[in-house]
Amino acid sequence: MAGDKKMTKYSMYTKMIWHALLRRRSRMLIALMAVAIGATVVSGLVTIYYDVPRQMGREFRSYGANLLLTPAGDQQIISESLVSNATSLLQADKLIGIAPYLYDRVKVNEQPLQVAGTRFQSVKKVSPYWQIRGNWPEDQSEDIVIGADIAERLKIEPGQQVTLTVAGNDTEKKVKVAGIVRTGGPEEEFVFLDLSLLQQMLHKEGVVSIAQVSITANEAELTALTQKIGQQVPGVAPRLVKQVTQSEQTVLGKLQALVYLVTIVVLLLTLICVATTMMAVVTERRKEIGLKKALGAENRSIILEFLGEGLALGALGGLMGTILGFFFAQAVSVNVFGRIISFQPLIALLALVVSIVVTGLACLIPVKIATDVEPAIVLRGE
Amino acid sequence: MSLLELQNVSMIYGNVKALQEIDLTVQQGEWLALMGPSGSGKTTLMNIIGCMDKASSGSIVLDGIDFSDVTAGNLTMLRREKIGLVFQQFHLIPYLTAVENIMVAQYYHSMPDEQEALAALERVGLKERARHLPSQLSGGEQQRVCIARALINYPMLILADEPTGNLDEANAKIVLEFFQQLHREGHTIIMVTHDPRVAELAERCIILEHGRIADRMDRRIVCREEEVS
Repeated sequence: MAGDKKMTKYSMYTKMIWHALLRRRSRMLIALMAVAIGATVVSGLVTIYYDVPRQMGREFRSYGANLLLTPAGDQQIISESLVSNATSLLQADKLIGIAPYLYDRVKVNEQPLQVAGTRFQSVKKVSPYWQIRGNWPEDQSEDIVIGADIAERLKIEPGQQVTLTVAGNDTEKKVKVAGIVRTGGPEEEFVFLDLSLLQQMLHKEGVVSIAQVSITANEAELTALTQKIGQQVPGVAPRLVKQVTQSEQTVLGKLQALVYLVTIVVLLLTLICVATTMMAVVTERRKEIGLKKALGAENRSIILEFLGEGLALGALGGLMGTILGFFFAQAVSVNVFGRIISFQPLIALLALVVSIVVTGLACLIPVKIATDVEPAIVLRGE
Repeated sequence: MSLLELQNVSMIYGNVKALQEIDLTVQQGEWLALMGPSGSGKTTLMNIIGCMDKASSGSIVLDGIDFSDVTAGNLTMLRREKIGLVFQQFHLIPYLTAVENIMVAQYYHSMPDEQEALAALERVGLKERARHLPSQLSGGEQQRVCIARALINYPMLILADEPTGNLDEANAKIVLEFFQQLHREGHTIIMVTHDPRVAELAERCIILEHGRIADRMDRRIVCREEEVS
């Protein structure tokens, strides 16, 4: 029986709250809009805050490798199997690419030049900033790429044939220039050919000078990775490309701080807006509060009713805002980063809880005012 | 048997003496009319009797309970348990239907019971208007809902503040008939009115002026005197 009675009282409480919200639509719509807009911006910004490092991390990867695997100690070369051991410690889903390089000197049309053997398809992923005039050679092919400075000096055009000679080895190899690379960096002074081909010509099978790694990770994660590789793969000395990782970290930090600040400001504005609306609601309902007190309502009941209304508004507005916030974040992500984002249930839940808490907080002062209303006002006709 | 006893009750707001040394006794089942010009202290007296305000001095005993010195919380409880209020401006909650307005009084008192609330509405002839909002009811209907709400928790004392003040003659007549019926059933009523015709329906009338009882008229004595002569 006690349970039934409680249920009846509870259902009357719910009825009073819903009717106060639904049958006073115009006033409550304003409060609802305030909460919903606040929740939209907060949910959207938190989604962006969470997604920015991921999105920007991918953007930064277009600036080249952020981790180098070099030979430990005084060694000049490192075996490919050690590189494989080291890269097996990296998370596959975060790995963009690994480009091995073997450096030496060769003669091109009798001109001594620096040469780098690599895997072109990997270079495409690790160094997408390479601008190739002509074509990228396929892996395992005998076509080569030469730097723009050399091409200019030797007057070589894509499609032309050149003669490669390894120093101290008179074997000549005629190869085709597939493309000319322009980076604005030291690459323009290099000749690039397939790693296996160079290893064969130099009789240095299975070794490389360095491996460039591009991986989506922040500075802390990269530092942890270098320590792990250093400990678990002796013979490999991992090094961060500080210029890239630090500038990435700085930009991300500033972006996140900005989003964080805007989120706090929006939360405060929502708080003020909801508090003002609730204050207006209380003021225009002074007679009703007085009546309820005259009918015997205790302060506790009045507080519960107004808090109930406020929290229901917070939940409803929060729900609307969470959904709209996702679309807002999606629009920002698509327009700014050109990528879609996935729905984050945790962020949705967080936005909902924050809306309810903020609305609850915003109701505190109006609710306090509500309890100060005297029942006698209903007889005084004020 | 006296239900309400006021002794030497005064109410002072700053320098204003709203009520001065009021002595008043109301018997169980009695209908008392309270008259007086504006500012004479009628509303202040109603607020004190209705446990909505505390007197500055004096003793007030309702149903054997002296509430001149009780806390605000206990005043709320007394008001809820013992008093039924009928207002000149009806004071119905605008977003609740007629039956829900009555259930609100039950909700604060004990437990809402829709059937009982509907029966109360039926008693005032408004069962078919139970699901209407106050804005869909006439003034007379709203006042009848207000009366049904005042009665729903079986109060010992009904306080009515100008219950016909906002009604046309036809509706005022209906409402007053209800009060007469309630009186016949043994309810104790204290009613503020400006209208001498309404006051005539009461058994006794007191007139307040400048916060003091200026005159007392007992219709029962008048009637008895008329019968003797």
